[in-house]
Amino acid sequence: MSAQDSGVRPAPAAAGAGADGSILDASGVSKAFGGLVAVSDVDFSIPRRSIVSIIGPNGAGKTTFFNVLTGLYKPTTGTIVFGGRDVTGARPDKITSLGIARTFQNIRLFATMSALENVLVGQHARMRAGLLGSILRPPWVGSEERRVREHGRELLAYVGLEPVAFDELAVNLSYGDQRRVEIARALASEPQLLLLDEPTAGMNPQESATLTDFMETLRDDRGLTILLIEHDMQVVMNVSERITVLDHGEKIAEGLPEDVRRDRRVVEAYLGTQGGS
Amino acid sequence: MSRLGALRESSRANLIVAVVAIGLAALVPFFFAPLSSFMNNAVLALAYVVMALGLNIVVGFAGLLDLGYVAFYAFGSYTVGWLASDFFAYINGGQGVHILAPKLLSSPAGIHVNFLLIAVAAIVICAIVGVLIGLPTLRLRGDYIAIVTLAFGEIIRVFAFFGDDIHLGKHALLTNGRQAISPVDQIDLPLLSQFDSAFSLRPYYWFALAMVALVLFVNFRLRDSRLGRAWIAIREDEVAAASMGVPLVKTKLLAYATGGALGGMAGAFLGTYYNSVNANQFQFGFSIFILAMVILGGLGSIWGVVIGAVALSFINTYLIPSLNDVPDKFGLDFDFTTLSFGIFGFLIVLMMVLRPEGLLPERRRRLELTEGVGAGDEQLFEVRA
Repeated sequence: MSAQDSGVRPAPAAAGAGADGSILDASGVSKAFGGLVAVSDVDFSIPRRSIVSIIGPNGAGKTTFFNVLTGLYKPTTGTIVFGGRDVTGARPDKITSLGIARTFQNIRLFATMSALENVLVGQHARMRAGLLGSILRPPWVGSEERRVREHGRELLAYVGLEPVAFDELAVNLSYGDQRRVEIARALASEPQLLLLDEPTAGMNPQESATLTDFMETLRDDRGLTILLIEHDMQVVMNVSERITVLDHGEKIAEGLPEDVRRDRRVVEAYLGTQGGS
Repeated sequence: MSRLGALRESSRANLIVAVVAIGLAALVPFFFAPLSSFMNNAVLALAYVVMALGLNIVVGFAGLLDLGYVAFYAFGSYTVGWLASDFFAYINGGQGVHILAPKLLSSPAGIHVNFLLIAVAAIVICAIVGVLIGLPTLRLRGDYIAIVTLAFGEIIRVFAFFGDDIHLGKHALLTNGRQAISPVDQIDLPLLSQFDSAFSLRPYYWFALAMVALVLFVNFRLRDSRLGRAWIAIREDEVAAASMGVPLVKTKLLAYATGGALGGMAGAFLGTYYNSVNANQFQFGFSIFILAMVILGGLGSIWGVVIGAVALSFINTYLIPSLNDVPDKFGLDFDFTTLSFGIFGFLIVLMMVLRPEGLLPERRRRLELTEGVGAGDEQLFEVRA
């Protein structure tokens, strides 16, 4: 994060520089739906063990960009390299098993599964039991099952869920607990990169602050890299090491929080142009 | 609704219920004559339980609405028809092929394979057919899956129907069409004397009961496994499931294959039990019949499906025929049994009004229906199957 990085222009070298320092490099990524270009030629990279944010007005293409990174959408153009491997257009489950996990803007838990079962599904990629293994349940499957259940409880406790809620159906949990379970479910896949899509939506300032601390804990204790989409500017400015701003699918600014905050185009994107057009 | 540690307890409770239920069911034949119509109906009911539990994996667990389940009945039955009869009479110069099956000196022709091997073959064939039927549905969801599977079931029926016009080589046909492949060999287990349905239906009953036990075991084991959770996750939210590392294609195809394999096993059993394989058996209505059992009992609920299958089966074999003189009393002249699908339809409508979650609902499902939770067909991403 040198001073040069704080520039208004998108850093052109971002994609190429990657190799050692960055965990994910996206270069020239576009996603068009028919004629509608939701993400346009975005270069983007995430330094390892950092917390970076993507911000932008509604409809700026933030979530679409997330969906491209996690494989739910195939990018129209561009390449995505994760941990040195080209994952452009890979299937979502493949990308998850390589080490990217995510949460969703509007919580998407498996509503009628218990909190623990949700986290168990999150460990799917880290388990081996297949059809016959599941039916016959040889000793190794039995111990795998015990291991993931134990690990699942640990994760739920780690995100701060009360033990009485572990076996509660996800839909019966409070909003805050649902957010917790969703993060636990994402952590269950043992990611290196965690993508959080508006994790503080619907939270009061105190809860947001707790979550902000938690993100830093994740980075420091677990060595996670976190990419955040967030509307709450206080959270963004507090936690982010770097911020990327999207507007109309294009990257309009990137850099340190204090620089982005002062950037003319960012201010325009959020508040509109002064004096009309 | 605390379920802390309840899972282990509930699986133990299920084991106890299963052992007691199957133990009691095993005693039933001693109270009825070996050739009574009750025994016949009970054997059919058990075979339907196997079918329904197979369909429950596809529809109840994985949430893939399959309206072509009759295809597996057909493939299972034809497996036994092909491999345990004189259908391919010219094979081996009229001397037949016998694999672990007794050779009748009077009529050795045709392929005759031991039923246990045939059951395995039916399982394998139907698992493969399940995958083939599943493949074109992978990009579809909800109602569209139902339409494709329905069409598949019909295709299989039409092939069975007109199979007597499809020649395989010089002598052989694909099927016998509406003229049944008959007789089909009876079950011949090692260490036991050959089953003879002209003498006693009890061995068939116990054999069917053993299949039910096996399929119950498979259902319970799968439900609380990595694979079972992945199926339910897909049913709940495909996008989230894929994002959590569940490979959609593989997991869905495994559901089709497993459900198909169980249906095929039951189909092979029914083929040998009926002693004939007739294309008329494989009507679309049969798919609905089995699906109705699953819905009646409670989608995804294993015990519910067992109860639904037994109930509908006995309604079909007892209640409806027993009402046969009703039209007569009103001076009408028609066969009441021709109304059976109307009656099933009425029962399902009644269930949907009075108890939409099924007789013995799964906890999740109950919630979904009563509290409006869950799996709507919301706008989804372009999840690539």
